[in-house]
Order: sequence, then structure tokens, then C-alpha cells
Amino acid sequence: MREVAASFENPVMLYSIGKDSSVMLHLARKAFFPAPPPFPFLHVDTTWKFKEMIAFRDRMAAEYGFKLLVHVNQDGLKRGINPFVHGSALHTDVMKTEALKQALDRYKFDAAFGGARRDEEKSRAKERVFSFRSANHRWDPKNQRPELWNLYNTRINPGESIRVFPLSNWTELDVWQYILQEEIPIVPLYFAAVRPVVERNGMLILVDDDRLPLLPGEKPMMKKVRFRTLGCYPLTGAIESDAATLPEIVAEMERARTSERQGRLIDHDQAGSMEKKKQEGYF
Amino acid sequence: MIEKDLLRFLTCGSVDDGKSTLIGRLLWDAKLIFDDQRQTLEAESRRLGTAGAEIDFALLLDGLQAEREQGITIDVAYRFFATEKRKFIVADTPGHEQYTRNMATGASTADAAVILVDARKGLLPQTRRHSFIVSLMGIRHVILAINKMDAVDYDEGVFAAIRDDYMAFAAPLGFAGLACLPISALRGDMVYRRGDSMPWYDGPTLMNCLEEIQSGSDAALLPFRMPVQWVCRPDADFRGYCGSVESGRLHVGDRVAVANSGQISTVRRIVTFDGDLQEAVAGEAVNLVLADEIDASRGEMLAAADDRPDSCDQFMAKIIWMHAAPLLPGRKYLMKIGADLVPTQVSEVKYKVNVNTFEETAARSLALNEIGACNVAADRAVAFDPYGKNRGTGRFILVDRYSNATVGAGVIEHALRRATNVHRQKESVDKAARAAIKGQKPCVLWFTGLSGSGKSTLADLVERALHAQGRHTVILDGDNLRHGLNRDLGFTDADRVENIRRVAEVAKLFVEAGLIVLVSLISPFRADRRMARELLGKGEFLEIFVDTPVDICRARDPKGLYAKALAGEIPNFTGVQAPYEPPEAPELRIDGASTEPEVGASRVLALLEAQGFEADSASMA
Repeated sequence: MREVAASFENPVMLYSIGKDSSVMLHLARKAFFPAPPPFPFLHVDTTWKFKEMIAFRDRMAAEYGFKLLVHVNQDGLKRGINPFVHGSALHTDVMKTEALKQALDRYKFDAAFGGARRDEEKSRAKERVFSFRSANHRWDPKNQRPELWNLYNTRINPGESIRVFPLSNWTELDVWQYILQEEIPIVPLYFAAVRPVVERNGMLILVDDDRLPLLPGEKPMMKKVRFRTLGCYPLTGAIESDAATLPEIVAEMERARTSERQGRLIDHDQAGSMEKKKQEGYF
Repeated sequence: MIEKDLLRFLTCGSVDDGKSTLIGRLLWDAKLIFDDQRQTLEAESRRLGTAGAEIDFALLLDGLQAEREQGITIDVAYRFFATEKRKFIVADTPGHEQYTRNMATGASTADAAVILVDARKGLLPQTRRHSFIVSLMGIRHVILAINKMDAVDYDEGVFAAIRDDYMAFAAPLGFAGLACLPISALRGDMVYRRGDSMPWYDGPTLMNCLEEIQSGSDAALLPFRMPVQWVCRPDADFRGYCGSVESGRLHVGDRVAVANSGQISTVRRIVTFDGDLQEAVAGEAVNLVLADEIDASRGEMLAAADDRPDSCDQFMAKIIWMHAAPLLPGRKYLMKIGADLVPTQVSEVKYKVNVNTFEETAARSLALNEIGACNVAADRAVAFDPYGKNRGTGRFILVDRYSNATVGAGVIEHALRRATNVHRQKESVDKAARAAIKGQKPCVLWFTGLSGSGKSTLADLVERALHAQGRHTVILDGDNLRHGLNRDLGFTDADRVENIRRVAEVAKLFVEAGLIVLVSLISPFRADRRMARELLGKGEFLEIFVDTPVDICRARDPKGLYAKALAGEIPNFTGVQAPYEPPEAPELRIDGASTEPEVGASRVLALLEAQGFEADSASMA
């Protein structure tokens, strides 16, 4: 992180409010201590995030006093892009990928931190820690810069940018163990609680607000659930769990038999779909 | 946070040696494949049918669509798994010949290497290449896994022959630990389970080996080194030097030196978010407050005052070239070493290494995937240790100054003392004094353009005009110099770079002598003109681009060269087979097609005046 702050003119940390972002925020506070992190935090809001996430975000920003930028794709909002009507693929494309590019262009950020990890998905396993993006934000997996030792090439031409993934070599379990060890605050949705959910396409969807259209025969049921990953509430599945504390979550993780991105609808739309999204500029 | 220790290893082998299958097998047997990943895998194995009715473990690894379709791994993929004893990060590196650079990337962070050999094929050129890179990158533990034993009926003789071949081959590479074992990744024999197919083998399984290898490095035992990444100054009262401790230990009260300047101070505080520390060790990120005001900006190295690194501007290094455009001696690149970024050139390629035979052959440049021993000259002193002594501080990468691509990686063998012992002679009569006696300001007028563009004609006219004004001038004409100073040089890219380097150095000497130097040289590459510009003082280099379209030059063809080149009699002729990179921001551009030479010459003289090179004319006479 210090490498980026020292080498780029206008870096930003992408803040998705999830557990990885919480870890990143914590690391940023540690890396520059006693100075505050010398960059703002950007949240790309799709307007479909869980209510508790937004509340948590605002609380953290107030408590730690970091500079928070929130960007919504206003054009997408006007077009009424909606995961139910338009499908998860278009929703993600417009409200996340497009919105992110808009924000990066608007603020002219030349480096953006993300919390992606190589253990998450196959195409992410090949991502560099410093990942080069062309002026139109595209990722070319066949033409990545070789990355040796800890010597990161931070040189770019005007208009180009770098995405930086400091957690590349962490696993999901590492993240949880670190949160436990450092007592890092996270969104309460990660802890099991009785919540209203509906079962759809084999996933448990939280009834977070009245925008969720119930299909014929669907009835919200109360279940003790928690989330392993947080995104847009209509696209993120909960798991049934009793893990209500950090040690219980870590214990549950050690027994886990499914990957965390199973809870994400967008990865399943088509084979190799994450790689396509990344090439187009998704994080 | 990591209670179990971590081993980073890489796998390497040829395309069909079954690396991906092996890693898939390791993950599978470690029960690391999640249920949903297994379902996807089973479905895709059936769809692609690459492993018949069985599960194709390779599909777990091949993340990128293109390689999935081509059936080869084209980049480095990192996988994570753990056993009861330790955690692993495995880098899957490609076997395909053209992707050696990725293998070096994977090797750079690994503690151990698993080199795969197909039992049916034995050692291949790539086995040798990969072993060599593994050795070059300082990996000390190597496991030679002789795979596909199932395909040779688990024949002990086949295994023994390959093992003996490899032992003989690898002896000069100096691996601290080398184990050879027979496996079948497909069936799982000798990976986790021993299986019952090879009762004749009583050595460890692959997993036994991986769990036993000593992980990490002995970095904490080496002298203290910390590159300064960032200087932390939240307010006027606090000044901290941030970085990760690359090697050694540091206590409050220890004396540290700034490696390049030799300034010494004492550690007053080791600051972290979780409170001050008394001691920091290799691998920790810290913020150091020193007792004295010293000058250490980003890029400097802090080191144990009583055991310091080398600090010098020339050293010998092994370089792996990773770019399609070859390494050219004399061309300026950016070297990143520690947190330092320094303009640097390779002054000489001593030899390149044939990675199959380890034979050293003479070379003047390095092509993609070639490895060579080079003398490296940085623009100023950098701090380092030989890579053999300290893996953390003896390595660097080279970055192209235009594309910003990472073009090479190097490991330092030793400092070149000749640079440190040859101190510059301080001159009593300097450039300003020599120029003053001539009543002029010296500079270089660098005419660049295609052959036949009119450079020499223009330079000649300008010199005549300057001479008539009583100026002291000299012309360096590319063609004329090739009859003398540069007659040993040809027209390859490497020779062109050297040609320009020599001309630039001579021009510099003449500027030192107080002369106005007119250089007339095709000088087709931006990088080399930039090198010349940087060799000279600020404002002393005036680039004049004689911009004449190639078809006009061809039609003029005053020396009949284009005709010969087009007939294939002159190879590498600029504008025919070789490229010309036009200047992006020359001090003056002259349209060689429509400008009369006399008009062009008067514009050059006007440029000199505008730049203040005529300002002293009143004082002469």
C-alpha cells in the first residue's frame, strides 16, 4: 500500500463494505500510522446493497474519519436497471462495472486497491498483485507484466491505471482468522441471526426491503442464516448457520465444503464469466 | 495469524508432463475441492472429454479461457491448500517454451520447486531450462517428480535411468536439497498415498517431501536491511521511515546507516499501529523514527551500520530477458531495485548462457527468454548485496522507459570495483572556462531523420553560417564516423545503439571543450536520442527533426542506398527493413520535402538565438 501511495498521483481504495474491504481498511490504517491513509475510499453503490451494509459504511466513515466517495451510475438508475427485470448479468454490468469505470474516470484515479484474492475464482488465480489496465480499463490476461519478487512495476502512461490487490495471497480462512485476531469490525450480516428469507434457484435470498418481488408460491420464512460474502441482496445467497461469533465463524470455515462464491449469482451465468467481466473492467 | 508455517513452491515441466493434473490431484486428495467446484469439474470433464470417463484435474487449474481451449497453461496461477502440518501456496508455471518469463515470475517467490518429467520421454530441453532458472532464482530445494509411471508399467529401470541422468545434469546447479521420486498424478500413486504399484520404491511420497522441506528463508539471520518505501510526516514533529524489513533484526538503540550516503543514526522508536516495538525482524512492516535528522528519501536503503551493503553504480548481474524487443547494451532502462528507481544501462553483455548445456557463448544482446551475464551501469549509486548472499536485496527488474513494460529481471553477482576505484579527476579548467574563451555557449545540434532526408546538407549550411559568425564548431557525421571511430560497428540494432552512444559521448567531450557540435545521424530510436539528451547538460541538446517522407528520400537516393536496400543488398536499412521512430517533441521540426535548405538553416540559427545560445554574441568581437 505504501508502494502505491508513494508511486501514484491519485490512488483510491475501493470499499465494498464486505469483510475483505474491512481488512483492507484496517491494513491501510496500519500501513500509514500515525498518518491517516493518504487516499479516499470509493464505494460503488448499485442501490441494491443490504441496508445494514450502508449503515455500517456510514458508521465506519464517521468513526475513522476517512474520506468516503459514493458513486451511483445515475444513467443506470434513470433507466431503472434492476436485477429482477434485467437479470443479474446486465445489472452487474451497468451498476457495477460501468459505474466503477465512470467513477475512476470522473476522479481520474491512476491506481485502485481492491480486495480480490487469488483463491476466489480461477481467473483471479492468475491476476497480478499490480494489475495493469489500459486507458479504457481493460485487462489483457495474455499480456500481463511479469511480476517478480516484491518488485512491483508501478510505471504507467497517462490515462492508464493499475489495480492493486494486496490480499492476493490470502485465503478466505486467512481473512477470517485475521479479523478474529485483530478484532476488525464487520457488517453484522456475517453473523448468524434469524432473518426473513425466500428460497429461490437453490439460494436463500434475504427479504431486505419491499423491492423484492415474491414469485407465486414464495413466502418469506424465518431462518437462522448468515452470509459468507456480501453483494447486492437479490444476488447474494445466505447460508443456514448458527455461527454468531467470530470464533464460531472460523470454526465453521475450517469445516466448509463449498466455496464462498457459490453464493454469488453472477459467477454462474456462463462458464468463464468472471474472466469476461474482468476483461471488460469488473474488479 | 498464520499458525501453521507456509511453504511456497512452484511446479514446472513441459506441456504434457501433467503439472495441472498433479496440482489438481494435490488439491483433490487434500479435500480442498469444494462441493460446488467438484460438481462444476465433473460436468466440464464430461463436456470436454479430455480424460475419458475420469475427472480431468487439470480443468481445476486452467483458469483462462484461451488456454482452456488451447489446452496449455499460459500464465502463472496460484493455488492454496493445507495439510495437517503446513499451508502451501503453489505456483503453476507454464511449460511452453515461449513463456519462460512466467516461470521466472513463479520461481521468484518460491522456496521449493517440483520439476515434472514424463517417464515416457525423460529429460527434455525444457527440463534443463527450468532447472537452470530455478537455480538462477536461488531456489535451493528441488523435487524431481518422474510422472506418468503408470504409462511405463511402473518400471523401476525407467525411473532409475531418468534419476541418474538428472543427478548428473543438476550437479553443477548447486541445489541444497534434491529428491527424485516416481509418481502417477493421474492415479495418485506416491502423491499422498504410496499406492501398491511401486513396491520397489521406499523413499518419501511427494507430500512427505513437501511437508519436510525447510520453508521460508534465513533472512532474519542476515544483516539488517530495509528499503525506505515512504517517509511518514503527518506533522512537523514526526518523521518516520516506513518499509518492510527485508532481512535481519533491528532493536531500538541500534545504529543504522543510509547505505548510499553513509550517514549514520540510531533507532529511537519502532512505531506500529499496535504500539511501539522493541524489536523488528525480517518480514515485518515498520515505521522507524531515528535519533538524528538524516536525509533518506524513498528508495534509499537503511542498513546495519556495522555490516553494510555495497553501494556503487556498476555491477555484474545475470539477466533474464522477458520482452520481444531485445536487450540492447547502451540503451537506457529504468531499474527498480528495492524501492529505488534509477535510469540504468547494460554496458556490456559478457556472454549468454545456453540453458541446455550451460555453455557460455559470446553475445551482444539478449533476446526474449535468453539469459546472460551483463555488466550493468546505473546513473547513480544503488545499494545492494549479491543475490547469493541476500535474496532480498540482490535483485532488480528493468522497465522500458516508453511502454513501461517490465522487460527484464536480474540477480546481482558482484559489484564492479573498477567503477568505485576510478574516481573522476577534478578539472581546474572547466567547460564554462573553455567556452568563455571562445565567447560562446556550447551545445549539440542533433539532426535526425531518414537517409536522404537532407540532414547533412542542412548541418553543413548551418556550420558554414556559424563559422562565418566566428563560432567554433565541429560536425560529427554518422557516415564519416563509420570510417573511423565506429568502423567496427554494423547495422544491427545493438550496433546502432553503440554507434549512437559513442557519438553522444564524443559530442559531450566537444561540448566540454566549448564547441557547438553539429551531429548528423539517422539515429532511428527514440530511446537512444533520449540517452544522448540525458548525457548532456540541461538545454545543451537541441533535437532537429529533418522530416522528409520516405518516398521522397527514396526518390532522391543521393547515395543509391535505397535502391540497394530494396534489392536486398543492404539488410536493416532504416526506412526499408528497419523502423524509424520520429521524435515526439523535437526542439525544431523541418519539413524536408517543402523547405529549401537555406530556409531550414536560417530556422536552425533562429532556434539557437531563441534558446539563448547567441546571447553572448555582444561580448565577443
